[in-house]
Amino acid sequence: MNDSAVMWSRALTELTLSFHIVYATIGVGIPLMIMIAQWVGLKNNDEHYLLLARRWARGFVITVAIGVVTGTAIGLQLSLLWPNFMELAGQVIALPLFMETFAFFVEAIFLGLYLYTWDRFKNPKRHLLLLVPVAIGASMSAVFITIVNAFMNAPQGFDLVDGELVNIQPVLAMLNPAMPTKVAHVLVTSYMTAAFLLASIAAYRMLRGSKHVYHKKALHLLLKLGLVFSLAALIVGDFSGKYLAEYQPEKLAAAEWHFETKEDASLMLFGVLDGEEVKYAIKVPYALSVLAHNNPFAEVKGLDQFPEDEQPPLYIHYLFDIMVLIGTLLIVVAAIYVLGKWRGWKFISSKSFKRIVVAGGPLSLIAVEAGWWFAEVGRQPWILRGYMKTAEGATTSGQVDTMLILFAGLYIVLAIGSIVALIRMFRNNPIEREIEEHQQVEGCEEQ
Amino acid sequence: MSLEILGISVLWLFLFGYVIVASIDFGAGFFNAYSVLIGKDHILANVIKRYLSPVWEITNVFLVFFFVGIVGFFPQTAYYYGTILLVPVSISLILIAIRGSYYAFESYSEKGGHIGYTLMYGITGLFIPASLSIVLTISEGGFVEIVNEEPHLQIAKLFTSPLTWSIVLLSIVAVLYISAVFLTWYGKRARDEHASNLMRKYALGWSLPLIISVIGTMVELKGHVPEHYENMLNLWWLFAISGVLFFITLILLFNKRNYGIAVFLMVAQFGFAFFGYGISHYPYLLYPYLSVYDSFTNETMAIALVIAFIGGLVLLIPSLYLVMKWFVFDRDYACGKHNHHV
Repeated sequence: MNDSAVMWSRALTELTLSFHIVYATIGVGIPLMIMIAQWVGLKNNDEHYLLLARRWARGFVITVAIGVVTGTAIGLQLSLLWPNFMELAGQVIALPLFMETFAFFVEAIFLGLYLYTWDRFKNPKRHLLLLVPVAIGASMSAVFITIVNAFMNAPQGFDLVDGELVNIQPVLAMLNPAMPTKVAHVLVTSYMTAAFLLASIAAYRMLRGSKHVYHKKALHLLLKLGLVFSLAALIVGDFSGKYLAEYQPEKLAAAEWHFETKEDASLMLFGVLDGEEVKYAIKVPYALSVLAHNNPFAEVKGLDQFPEDEQPPLYIHYLFDIMVLIGTLLIVVAAIYVLGKWRGWKFISSKSFKRIVVAGGPLSLIAVEAGWWFAEVGRQPWILRGYMKTAEGATTSGQVDTMLILFAGLYIVLAIGSIVALIRMFRNNPIEREIEEHQQVEGCEEQ
Repeated sequence: MSLEILGISVLWLFLFGYVIVASIDFGAGFFNAYSVLIGKDHILANVIKRYLSPVWEITNVFLVFFFVGIVGFFPQTAYYYGTILLVPVSISLILIAIRGSYYAFESYSEKGGHIGYTLMYGITGLFIPASLSIVLTISEGGFVEIVNEEPHLQIAKLFTSPLTWSIVLLSIVAVLYISAVFLTWYGKRARDEHASNLMRKYALGWSLPLIISVIGTMVELKGHVPEHYENMLNLWWLFAISGVLFFITLILLFNKRNYGIAVFLMVAQFGFAFFGYGISHYPYLLYPYLSVYDSFTNETMAIALVIAFIGGLVLLIPSLYLVMKWFVFDRDYACGKHNHHV
């Protein structure tokens, strides 16, 4: 076994995926936001919402480009870095991988059609219809690729007899127990992230002095959507906890530093680990039992039930905390906004509240990263839980470290390039100017 | 037809789709950069941009489809090719990423492109086919060694082999030729006589190097893998049809007639050659370690994949039809009468 190849393969996969999921999450969430904005605009005959859709779509193109190229990279890297794993996975889980390419195909085709046919139809509803397959394709790609990941956490649909795979059932492999919660969590958090990211841009423009009603409408729409999706994320997150307790108790136990199996288990918030001793943590009595089994007195399995070489690293507790903390904070921010609008609180129009909303966008991306690291590191040392250790799946090539440097350089270029392109696109063409130009054009046509 | 043959045929067909659409894309990038260098960019820029903008993502999906499909139908390819291809494919990936992203940064920005990006865009377009064609060379065998039951790529041997370089040269010349023929037609369609005439010159100009590099590659192949060369001779009629189509295409271009038919014949020409090459390589995916039969997936998965594939086609064909109808074949769009970009 080539130990350094295993380590570098993990590092390169982590780097590519961490970079890809920023753009992939945006890619899943934003088409839905564009569709909603355009629909509201058409329904209320409100030019501002149509412009929202148009401007979001313009920026979306750049993030899609990065999502496409990094997605192609990770797609090939799976085989390049984990050839043994992919050989086995190809026999059991190729179906959703294959279906993902079709979802991606449909999305790519209709995105092109949507982008280049603005104002081309007499009936604008037909143009809106083009966005439906884009949004569905984006979400379905996420569904299928998450099914593959769920399979790695809860493999089923085959039997291993003397090292041979027999009795393979591709559909059963897709419908594994981890699938429902994973897919639902990925979808709602993508929508949630997109809503908070776009809200963060609107709040930023208002902070920088733009008084245009356009930004107010955007913020209002997005924070309402953000509230809905973040509440949904909370509910699905609770189901995910119950899934873990049932099927992957070692992940939950490592995340909660729950060393001994016991009843009435309490939930651990924050804290630091000193050997096996937990310091400075806030303990919420019974909460872990409630999270795991919906019963404050239920028994929760601890790490003592697992051999040491099958326990995930304990630092995943911090990742879990970051994810949950940010999720909760965003629910509170969106809820305060919606309540404040309804009750007429002045606070929500203040600069300090807007600053919090601005922070919400980057924070939601941090939560996405932390959540994925938690999910992925939490199934170590397995690449295929219960069947194949990560070290057995990796390539034997000696050049992975060089490739890591090359790809790191590439991602730096892509990150800087995409940010510069986005800033240039919108700074050179602020909404005030676009609305003005738009009215002039309409004025010409009337004459 | 057995499932193995069906699987590899479908994948080969998609790879062919990628070769054609990607060649148009890569070649266009190169011609665009070249025309900037010699100061003729005003002639070509519009035609190239209008065709390429809506379709560049679709091009990429053809490639993704191929490599996901081959791991699905032939999982052992993941083990063999995955292990040996780390370096060459990573380089292709980085080039594809640079190209795809600069595409978006440049073509959707307000100002005209930066010359540095344009040149880089053009050059990567030639390096990508070169780096991808390495895979074809490796599949011929002789460059992979099994040490301790693990495959290893002999990089030095690969890069000093004349076969490698003749295939690289062939891929680059073919890219330029395919792209030039297509853009001759598209330029005409866009009622852009200047662009069309310029591309016609390029197409005719690249036809001779194409013949030379085809012959060169055949000679190298004969020396390197005589078995494969023999198989190709047995299929001589496929290559003969390909050659005849090539000459009819040239005659049409030369006489400035029926560019639409010329494009069709050009695609058919490469189709015959591509499938002739593929069939003569049969049954090996990686000579002599990996054949279509011993690497095939289990039957249940194969049937599931075929069903998914048919379902996928039902979605794809109408969508691709819309792209063709609204962009490639829409005269008003090609002429640039309307600008409906978001």
